[in-house]
Formats: sequence, C-alpha cells, structure tokens
Amino acid sequence: MSMTDHQRLGLKERYALMTRDLAWDTTYQPMDKVFPMVHYEGIKIHDWDQWSDPFRMTMEAYWKYQAEKERKLYAIIDAFAQNNGHLGVTDARYINTLKLFLTGISPLEYMAHRGFTHVGRQLPGAGPRVACLMQALDEIRHAQTQVHSMSNYNKYYNGFHDFAHMIERVWYLSVPRSFFDDAYTAGPFEFMIAIGFSFEYVLTNLLFVPFISGAAYNGDMGAMTFGFSAQSDEARHMTLGLESIKFMLEQDPDNLPIVQRWIDKWTWRGTRVLAIVAMMMDYMLPKKVMSWKEAWEIYFEQNGSALFNDLARYGITPPKCIEWAAVDKEHISHQAWATLYQYGAAAPFHTWSPTPEELDWLSEKYPNTFDKYYRPRYEYWAEQHKAGNRFYNTTLPMLCQVCQIPMLFTEPTDPTQICYRESDYKEDKYHFCSDFCKEIFDNEPEKYVQAWLPVHQIYQGNCFNPDVDPTAPGFEPLPAVLDYYHLAAGRDNLDFEGSEDQKNFAAWRNLAGRD
Amino acid sequence: MSNVFIAFQRNEETRDIVDAIVEDNPAAHVDLQPAMVKIDAPGHLVIKRQSIEDRMGRTFDLQELQVHLITLSGHLDENDDEFSLSWAN
Amino acid sequence: MATKAIADYRFPPADSQDKFHGAQLLYVGWDHHTMFCAPFCWPFPPEMRFGDLVEDVFPGAFGYHPEFARIDWATTTWLKSGAPFVPDFDKSLAGNGLRHKDVLRFVTPGLHGLSGSGA
Repeated sequence: MSMTDHQRLGLKERYALMTRDLAWDTTYQPMDKVFPMVHYEGIKIHDWDQWSDPFRMTMEAYWKYQAEKERKLYAIIDAFAQNNGHLGVTDARYINTLKLFLTGISPLEYMAHRGFTHVGRQLPGAGPRVACLMQALDEIRHAQTQVHSMSNYNKYYNGFHDFAHMIERVWYLSVPRSFFDDAYTAGPFEFMIAIGFSFEYVLTNLLFVPFISGAAYNGDMGAMTFGFSAQSDEARHMTLGLESIKFMLEQDPDNLPIVQRWIDKWTWRGTRVLAIVAMMMDYMLPKKVMSWKEAWEIYFEQNGSALFNDLARYGITPPKCIEWAAVDKEHISHQAWATLYQYGAAAPFHTWSPTPEELDWLSEKYPNTFDKYYRPRYEYWAEQHKAGNRFYNTTLPMLCQVCQIPMLFTEPTDPTQICYRESDYKEDKYHFCSDFCKEIFDNEPEKYVQAWLPVHQIYQGNCFNPDVDPTAPGFEPLPAVLDYYHLAAGRDNLDFEGSEDQKNFAAWRNLAGRD
Repeated sequence: MSNVFIAFQRNEETRDIVDAIVEDNPAAHVDLQPAMVKIDAPGHLVIKRQSIEDRMGRTFDLQELQVHLITLSGHLDENDDEFSLSWAN
Repeated sequence: MATKAIADYRFPPADSQDKFHGAQLLYVGWDHHTMFCAPFCWPFPPEMRFGDLVEDVFPGAFGYHPEFARIDWATTTWLKSGAPFVPDFDKSLAGNGLRHKDVLRFVTPGLHGLSGSGA
C-alpha cells in the first residue's frame, strides 16, 4: 500500500476520534460522585452520545484560527494606537460608550470564562465539555483583548482607570454583575440555557451589533476590531447554546417545563440588562446606526420568531415577556438615558443633553412616544443647563430586587405611571419593576433575598473606605461613596460640557490638524 | 418561511465567500453595512468549499470561515465540503 | 417554590431592618412625575414625624420640578402598596403603620408633569 492510498477521514470522524472517543466513564468512583451537579436541577439526560457537536474543531484548528485572529487584532490595535486613532472618532462624547463597555461588559466576559470553565467540568458528556472548554478560552480572550484595546483610551481619557474595582461597587454596574452572578451560581444546565442559549443566541446580536456598528460609524477602528474579533467566536457560542437546548429537549419530555421556565426568566433578565445598550444606541452615538426600536425588531422580533417557530416542535413557546418587551422597545432607551443623565454625578462617564437635531432624530424614530412623553423633559433640562441649573438628582433611587435597575420602568398600559410590583417573603417586603422580575423572585426567593443592592448597601454604611467615619459631624455620604468607587469627582463624572475629555479632545485634534 | 442569516466582516477574502454564497443560493439577499456584510435566505443557506476555491484560486478549508464570521442564525451543519444553516419550520 | 440546590439553601436576607442602624427604609414616588426617573429610597428612624418627611425632606428631593411649589397637600392623596393611605402628619412613620421597606405614592390632582407629559 503506497503512502498516498490512505483515505482521508471526514470532518465528523476526525473530530469524534479526537474528542468524545477519547473519553471514558470513571471506575474508581461512580460517575454521579465525580459529576455531583448533574441531577439536582431535575434535568434528565439518558444518552450523552446523542449530543451533536456543532463546529467540530479539534485543538489544531482552534489554535490555528484563533492565532490568526489574534495576529490581525493586535496589528490593528497597534496601528490605531500609533496613529492616534482615537482622534478620528466623530466626537469625544462617543468615547463614553467605551467606558460603559469596559466597566459593564468586559468584566462579564471574564465571568463567562469562569462559568464555562465550571460547566465544562460538571457536564459528563464529552461533546459539550469540549465546546465549553473552547468557549471558556474564548471568553478570557475577549476579556483580555478588550482590556488591551481600551488601555489605549485610558492613556488619554477619564473613567477607564479602575474597571475591576468598580464592577463590585458602582451602583449601575450591579445590574450586569448580578445578571452574571445569578447565572454563575445556577446549576450547569441552567447556565447553558441562561448564557449559552438566551444570552449568546437570542440576545447577543443586540449587544454586539450596536456596539460594533456604532464603533464603525463613529470612526473607532480599535473597538470595531476587538468587536469583530470577539464576534467571530460568538458563532461557535451561539451554536453551542442552540445545541444545548435541542439536546435537553430531545432527551426527556420532563425537561420541557424546566427549560421553558429558564427561557422565560433569562430572556427577561437579558432584556432588562440590554436597557443600557438601548440608551447607548439612541443617545450616545454621535453618528447613529439605527434606533434601538429598529434593532429590537430585526434581531429580537424577527430573528427570535424564526428561532421560536423552529423550537415549537419540542413544545417550547416564545418567552412570556415578548409582548411587554414589544411595548417597552419604544420607551426604555429614553427612560434609561434620563436616569443616567440625572444621576450623572455618580457615574464615571459623562452624560449630556441631546442636540436639537438629535431630538428630531428621536422624534422621527419614535413617532408614538418621543414627543409625547420624553421631549418635554429633555428640552426642560437643556434649558435649565443653559441657565446654570443642570439637573443632578442627589436622592438615591428605589431599585428592583431582581434586575437591580432603578424602578424607572413604566406600566405597559401607561408610560406616565411607574410600574410597582411587590412580594412579601418571610418577614420582609421586596419590590420589583415588572411582573417578570417578581415571578423570578417568587420562584426562588431564597436566592434573591441575598441581593447586594447598591442603594441599600450605601445606607447600611458598607460603601465607604475603611478610614471614613460616618458619625463625624457634617459628614457628607455621597462624596465618600464616590471615593469608595475610585471615581474622581469633577473629572470622571458630570456633564460632557466642560469636561476634561471635551477640552483635551478638541485641543489635541486641533494640534493634529484633524479638525 | 423564516430567514436564516450569516454575517461576515468585509475584507478581501469575504468578497469571494459572499460571491460564492450568492451563486449557490439564488434566493439569498445581501445587505452591506459598515465593515459588515449580512446575507439572509429563506429557510436554508449552503456554503460550498468548492465554489469558494474556484473564486479564490487556492485551497480553502471551510473552518477558515471562523476567522471572518460575525454572527449567524439557524441550525448549523458542517462537513469538509459544505457549511449549511437551516430552520425546520 | 424552593431554590434547587446541592445542599441546604437558606440565607439571611441582605436588607433586614437590623442592618440599618436603627433606621427603616421607606420608598416614595410622586405619580405622573417621571422626570424623577424612579421613586426615592431613604433610611429614616421609625419615630420620625410623617410631616417632617413632607416639610423637610421632600423639598430637597422633589423641589427641582417646577410643579412642586404648586402642590396642594390638602388635596394630595396617598397610596401604600397601591392601596389608599391617609397619613397623619403629626404621627410618626411607625405610628402611621409604616414598616421597613414600605412604599408610598402620592398623587397631586391637576398636576400632570412637564407640559402635561407625565414627566
């Protein structure tokens, strides 16, 4: 037999030989002891071999393609930095979107890494284990590439300096943080539905496409590059999420109600977290990509309906929150920006009044809601700012126990009425922004009574530096909280107008002859 | 029928990939956006290695698509020769 | 419904009243004035006089709104957890039946927010 007569194995066979065919069941200890988390959620798996691996990558292919992505990415980051690419963005207000990203999203990439590492250890099936391993590597790669990309901005602009410290302390960051804490402390199957499916499949486009397209439209090659580089891994993540749900549903009909409850819960939790992206798209991009409403319609309503039509054959119904979310899509960006605007003294990024042209764009994109409910406040605030009386709300807000967002959302039937829901559990009362956050609490109250709510923690005295004495006469708690956040008051916060970022950007652009 | 879609970064290599997809999927619709190209198709979309190789003038491993891919929608199946997306309903 | 867990899963609530140094939390929202993006949250001593809340605390919290100065407190109605509530301004919070983490809303007839928008 000559050397050239060997028949090449197909992709599926090569992959199977290099992954699941290498696995064996343990003998010194029973499998259930080695994998102690596989039963407690009530999910029944009869045959792990039925798992169908999407993206059949062996390590050789993985390293080859990831290395190519890394080489390209860092070449572009270097070029961007060397060329003072940051001066090419449309205007310096845009840079605040990156502060939001670094403080609110990059830490979640790291937690995703930890989550997939954990789940990869806990699942007995070789197929999902390999996919989780690769995803765990991808996620820490994302965290690191984002930090590298944004370190360039940190040299020139404020608010990028302490994201790892801020994620555990700053009030609005408890929103993304608690989202991931909830997923990470759930069991391995719930984690796969929460993150692998609901976040990575259903909702991911709503996070990345706005940020990356926003970067592209606004001249930010650095962010656009890391965004695309991360997204190229996302396709594998999406297929892992979709395969997870199919597999669970095909293994046992008893899994259906559990999976359905998780889809309902996590679609809602993800929708709430995305309020920050909605606000970013509609208010923080000098050059707009599309409205949040449009993005929701394309990436959630249309794409989501294709997905749920497909899953209907298993008995899955679209998440309960879809109708409420369809009403909310015309409101939440305005409500969220209004919130960060008025609490702008306490956030390590700048906020500002939309220009008259921007208000007109919002009127055009939101014909049913903007002029009626939101334009009056934005015009009033702009007027007041001009008169030297810019609105800074200095009283702390009520938060939702579950999503941890201030109770800023309104009744679907009345956008002038804050939505109040509550539950009594044991000796205490708990409050929620919506029916869905209330339902999430009522299903697992023991989990959510432990929530670290920033406003309550401040009032308990837990948000001061160790050397601070709150009982001293004339003690001002809010500046002490900003110190605890490592937020430099007067520099990192307040309005974009008059900020150091604004002055520096203008001066440097002028010097570079790029006006 | 629901659409499947796939989106790539716009670069020299994806020009050939997109051309191959359009030829092999007559019902596909191409949407050009800054730095990104999105291709929608009703129900099913197939990417053929051979079609790409014919255009690129070199051998191409379908797994190389990963370097350029941004996002996709639909159930995925891949082998050495084809990469396809589909919805059952 | 119980939280599924691999071991006994019971933990003290993070926000029980004993953690607030003698205070209790109170939430208050001004209906149809969503310019204040959310209801407010404060820690108050249970013995605090209800009227002090309205006379001393509200101006700093709600005073930025141009309609605040026009509120007629005599015709203002209140809700506690969505049910009608009639506060006695001279009694304490506790004396008014207000417990830790209760929520109040006040409704000011005739005042509908900036340009009547509910903001």
